Amino acid sequence: MSALLEVRGLRTVFHTRAGEVWAVDGVDVEVRRGECLGIVGESGSGKSVTFASVMGLVRSPGRVAEGQILFEGRDLRALSLREMRAVRGKEIAMTMQDALTALNPALTVGEQIREALEAHDETLPARGQPRRAAIRAKSVEMLGLVGIPSAESRLRQYPHEFSGGMRQRIMIAIALACRPKLLIADEPTTALDVTIQAQVLELITDIRARLGMSVVLITHDLGVVAEHCDRVMVMYAGQVVESGPTAEVIATPRHPYTRGLLASIPRPGLRGQPIRPIEGQVPDLIGMAPQCRFYSRCPVRREACLAPVAMRPAGAGRSARCVLLDEVPA
Amino acid sequence: MSLGKLIERLLQLVPVLLGVSLIVFVMMALTPGDPVQIMIGDQNITPEQEDALRRGLGLDRPIVERFFVFLGNAMQGDFGQSFYHRRPVADVIAERLPATIELSLVALIVALVTAIPLGVLAAIRKNSIFDKLATVGSLLGVSLPGFWFGILLIMLFAVQWHILPVSGRIGYSSEIETITGFLLIDTLLRGNLPAFWDAVKHLILPAVTLGLPMTAILMRVTRTSMLEVLRQDYVTFADAKGLSRRRVLFRHALKNALIPTVSVAAIETGSLLGGNMIVETVFGWPGLGRLVVESIFLRNYPLVQAAVLLYAVIYVGLNFFADILYTILNPRVKL
Ligand SMILES: Nc1ncnc2c1ncn2[C@@H]1O[C@H](COP(=O)(O)OP(=O)(O)O)[C@@H](O)[C@H]1O
Ligand code: SF4
Ligand SMILES: [Mg+2]
Repeated sequence: MSALLEVRGLRTVFHTRAGEVWAVDGVDVEVRRGECLGIVGESGSGKSVTFASVMGLVRSPGRVAEGQILFEGRDLRALSLREMRAVRGKEIAMTMQDALTALNPALTVGEQIREALEAHDETLPARGQPRRAAIRAKSVEMLGLVGIPSAESRLRQYPHEFSGGMRQRIMIAIALACRPKLLIADEPTTALDVTIQAQVLELITDIRARLGMSVVLITHDLGVVAEHCDRVMVMYAGQVVESGPTAEVIATPRHPYTRGLLASIPRPGLRGQPIRPIEGQVPDLIGMAPQCRFYSRCPVRREACLAPVAMRPAGAGRSARCVLLDEVPA
Repeated sequence: MSLGKLIERLLQLVPVLLGVSLIVFVMMALTPGDPVQIMIGDQNITPEQEDALRRGLGLDRPIVERFFVFLGNAMQGDFGQSFYHRRPVADVIAERLPATIELSLVALIVALVTAIPLGVLAAIRKNSIFDKLATVGSLLGVSLPGFWFGILLIMLFAVQWHILPVSGRIGYSSEIETITGFLLIDTLLRGNLPAFWDAVKHLILPAVTLGLPMTAILMRVTRTSMLEVLRQDYVTFADAKGLSRRRVLFRHALKNALIPTVSVAAIETGSLLGGNMIVETVFGWPGLGRLVVESIFLRNYPLVQAAVLLYAVIYVGLNFFADILYTILNPRVKL
């Protein structure tokens, strides 16, 4: 089956006072129909910018410099703004990390769902009372779908009248209102507490199965990926460092950074073990040397790593960006 | 808006009005010039007659006593007689007020209608030639003295090009019997369209002069808040929904960006009051502002007192109104 979304060689740059920041530097992504792809990496690794690029939402001083973004074979970069608007929200929808700031404080929840429907839903009656009634019914249905009770009355309320978990659900309801083929969920749980996190993730997984859409789940939590994603892509400093089926990547991580991330999550059965976060920080993306970007933090770095390091195949459906893969496994 | 809040605001007004009264009283007492001498002018009058006049106006009493007499009367709604008009101050002010309100409202509308679109345009075309011109323009707008700008407009539009009248509210030939005191309304009520257009023509230059600084300020406020709002996540999210640019700009961004604009507009309307005195004087506009200026020159104490108190009430009222507007526009705030 062909991929729903195929990104090749994406490079996105921000022109800042300090210099050019290549926030996304040669990223390939493939999202298959019906699958959930996890994107992991520390904060600042380029996850959000990658998908903002896909949506055509990179704002000045940023710019998509290179690459192909194929959605169902169409190159989104070649579309006009008007054509792109027909894709956004309709074909590809997105939720943002912080629902509190992503929902407009001055508009009711009902209006924020309604306008999405009005922008894209061609099945609605053309005008008048039937149209209003249909929009209302769909809005209530969407809120019901994401588990918001007494939706009818809550449509009149403003975002600040909802709890954090509820707001995240509302944003998901808005994103799903037009039944997109792909949902990009950018850290849907980061701002929430643990029990609510689990509920929201269940909700996304459940709806994905029901609507048969694909999901890109951006997170910095490999535990979330392990539970919800078919495949995973690990990003570091604007590049993909490892990708493959989730179970295999977690069982046998091939990149030292993935290993570091895995070591940093507390696992059941290993309780009591100290969490070992990766030491050091994501490097400054300005004026980076051509070496492996993980070099400064890598516990097994060597001289070969000072040359540019490309992605290498790492078994069936897997690849990783590390010179260690060239060595014959012991 | 709770009743308690309303009462609180009304109570806040008391010290404001007391303080304003005191300050005006002291300032009038300290300014040189004697109202009685001014009234006499070069008429021949005996010292006895002069004393009688002074006594009649209550000006023979010590200043402290005069202040308390004024307060006592004012609390009963009696602001005394205008020295000059020999009629109750309240009546004289009431006659002049509609002209001032009409001019101020038109100036406010002119300011809002020009400032908001210009501010939005400057924001979405940030750093463009237009934006830079707008910046320079608004700087000029706040810094040009009103009398200078007003005279410039008169020289160009009235004296040079004869497009608009030099001064006044309406031409002699168009004068009508008033109903509400608002000429734009009265001329229409009387069905006198030529008079209406005449009134409009008379309004243009003073309204533009009066509204200019406010336009400049509101444009800057709109531009700044629009830029701030356009950076917000909810604008990105609105774009991510595939909404039209119009909807993103005007429904999502502008609705939030207008919150500061409207608040500032309500407060700045108070500063139109000060502008009125200059603009009405320059354009011979028969409103309260010019009356106050004339009254100051004539040392017409009761009128100045009452007018300043009225200004204070309006000012406080506008601030209160700004707060109410803020809550209406911003669902997150509850008064
Ligand atoms: N508006 C911006 N201006 C300058 N640099 C930016 C901007 N947005 C993002 N970046 C750069 O892109 C990098 C990646 O950002 P992002 O994709 O948001 O990371 P992630 O989502 O993985 O946490 C940031 O570390 C920053 O250097
Ligand atoms: S290429 Fe070298 S430095 Fe980079 S991750 Fe592999 S071993 Fe570490
Ligand atoms: Mg992010």
